[in-house]
Amino acid sequence: MTSLNASYLPSSSGLLAPPALCFDEVAFSHEGKHLLGPCSFTLDGIGPTMVMGPNGSGKSLLLRLAHGLLSPTRGKICWSGQELCPRQAMVFQQPVLLRRSAIANLMHALAVNHVPRRERMKLAMEALDRFGLAACAKVPARVLSGGQQQRLTLARAWLLSPQVLFLDEPTSALDPAAIKAVEAAVLEFHQQGTRIVMTTHDIHQARRLAGDVLFLSGGTLCEHTSADAFFNQPVSPKAQAFVAGELIE
Amino acid sequence: MRKTFKLMLAVVAAMSLTLSAYAADYITLASTTSTENSGLFDAVLPKFTDATGIEVRVVAVGTGQAFEIARRGDADSLLVHDTAGEQRFVENGYASERADVMYNDFVLIGPASDPANIRTAENAAEAFSAIAKAEAPFASRGDDSGTNRAELRRWESAGVEPDGDWYRELGSGMGPTLNTAAAMDAYVMSDRATWVAFGNRQNLTLLFEGDKVLFNQYGSLLLSEEKHPHLKHDLAKQWHNWLLSEEGQQAIADFHVDGQQLFFPNAK
Amino acid sequence: MEDNAFCVALSLLVSLDAALFQIVVLSLKVSLMAVLIAAVLGFPLGAAVALWRFPGRGGVIVVLNALMGLPPVVAGLVVYLLLSRAGPLGELGFLFTPGAMVIAQVVLVLPILAALSRQKIEEMLGEYREQFISLGMSRARMMPTLLWDARFALLTVLLAGFGRASAEVGAVMMVGGNIDGVTRVMTTAIVLETGKGNLPLALGLGLVLLTLVMLINAGAYLVGEVTKRRLG
Repeated sequence: MTSLNASYLPSSSGLLAPPALCFDEVAFSHEGKHLLGPCSFTLDGIGPTMVMGPNGSGKSLLLRLAHGLLSPTRGKICWSGQELCPRQAMVFQQPVLLRRSAIANLMHALAVNHVPRRERMKLAMEALDRFGLAACAKVPARVLSGGQQQRLTLARAWLLSPQVLFLDEPTSALDPAAIKAVEAAVLEFHQQGTRIVMTTHDIHQARRLAGDVLFLSGGTLCEHTSADAFFNQPVSPKAQAFVAGELIE
Repeated sequence: MRKTFKLMLAVVAAMSLTLSAYAADYITLASTTSTENSGLFDAVLPKFTDATGIEVRVVAVGTGQAFEIARRGDADSLLVHDTAGEQRFVENGYASERADVMYNDFVLIGPASDPANIRTAENAAEAFSAIAKAEAPFASRGDDSGTNRAELRRWESAGVEPDGDWYRELGSGMGPTLNTAAAMDAYVMSDRATWVAFGNRQNLTLLFEGDKVLFNQYGSLLLSEEKHPHLKHDLAKQWHNWLLSEEGQQAIADFHVDGQQLFFPNAK
Repeated sequence: MEDNAFCVALSLLVSLDAALFQIVVLSLKVSLMAVLIAAVLGFPLGAAVALWRFPGRGGVIVVLNALMGLPPVVAGLVVYLLLSRAGPLGELGFLFTPGAMVIAQVVLVLPILAALSRQKIEEMLGEYREQFISLGMSRARMMPTLLWDARFALLTVLLAGFGRASAEVGAVMMVGGNIDGVTRVMTTAIVLETGKGNLPLALGLGLVLLTLVMLINAGAYLVGEVTKRRLG
């Protein structure tokens, strides 16, 4: 892991197929309450995959199960046919940052990943630079603006050179300029060959980013189609209503 | 972060050095609060240290606790005031030798109004029974100290079983007992030295003194070499002998508070 | 009398009395040393209890919380029996030395540092947990990160521990013996002077102790505030 980014940088096009994610009859319940599934799908396209659906439909839950923060009650989650875990990272709705400077946050992530001490500073500065935060290196992470904080978590994810990146409503609390920056960053990950799985309730954002769409409602997977199909000819009545902008449960 | 940690380590190291540095030649002496509180040791110990180079570290507790400390082998020498207890200590093999060092006396203290009228008592027994009869508040050490043991003997010879609301066992040292007695206008038996040096008398005054049974003898003990071979017996013996020597006896006699001699050397 | 005590305290401070100075220095040394040792042991212990789930964990938490209220004389008695010649550690010859006082205060302060740091770190872990798992951190790896990120909260905990250490008298009296010039600290000196009926001097010493503890608290508070503002 000494030269993080070089280890899997895509050849040139950047559109190498990232690891495929497969849900096999996955269900999750907590304290006797059934919350998700059972649902089955395979993400083996290029993506980015947008996970959509109204509040409480199980979007975040699906992400956490896929990322391994939660274990499914039933069913299996596997990667490219095996249960091997690719390098992955997750960006949360509320950025979780340590009570240290921006650069120290990045160096901590590198330390956790056993990057040698002498390389950490350089890699961290590069990542800050890439996400437009070079000027904030010494600023305490928690006094950065919301947009800067989210970009910092993206920079941290970048340093881990993930093969899969999960994002849980990363822009829901941001202003348009910040949203634009985060979306650009997400696309940059995508272009580097990272599988993007992102939840959003913003249909316009989904139109801008989606390669394919997972549509959930009430803990059930209603639809998994390409973005074109989803936005133009949604099949399930719930998805039709959702795309039409109606309020659904 | 590492800098802070290193700094902390350095501080800890430096402090543990200074904490563990102690004089090579010293003995630990278990003794009573009366000798410490009166200031006797402040006057006498420097003279001994000048003469021998030995430092004496005094742990001042009640006589009962002093015996216990010596019994467990935690002190090199013992200077207390309970002759009967001291003799038992020797008989039980914890000490090899006991010698009279000095004496003073116990006095009866009480509120100036003297409700039990002990001022006019002929002897100690009369004074004690007068207090019991009047059921006037009496503050007892109640801590198995030498003074406490002496006080209980006085009740016994007065033929009184001290019991009831008026008899208050405090379980404290001499000084705290005097403080409490001052606060509740109670009678109290104190050794003269602590009383003379005591600064918070309020209404209290000396009401009865002079009966021979109130004699308060201090003894020095040499602890058993067999029971506790690890103790500094050589140094302790030097201390013991010095106390009994002319020089030591003179140092005790020279100690005065407010022009009053508090301890009277009587080594044989 | 209060006026009197203030005068005594003031003149004690102004005259920089050598004996007083020695007592103050010893008090600080013993309590700071005890708190540092207790921190080195107690903070990781608190963090470990916050991080790991094991059978009897609830019991450990209850015991730690209860030990925060351990009466100093009980701690003193236990350490006394341990260090006494007749006790298991008697060979060390530690009884009636400052070292014994440090040990007794560590016994008193350790539960406070462990129990309070457990609480603070568990709170913080609630916020960080998912991110930590996402980063692939083991529990052992989370410990130093949490301890460092909780540093401001832990500073307050440290002060609570120092307050307890410097204010207690029962334990140091018992295992130190209040030996003049060797194990006499502020609190035992106050007990002694009270026993002598020197109430103004005792109160004066109390004021000096209070002033010191306040200065240390103010210093720590300032350092904490300044760094907090700087680091967010």
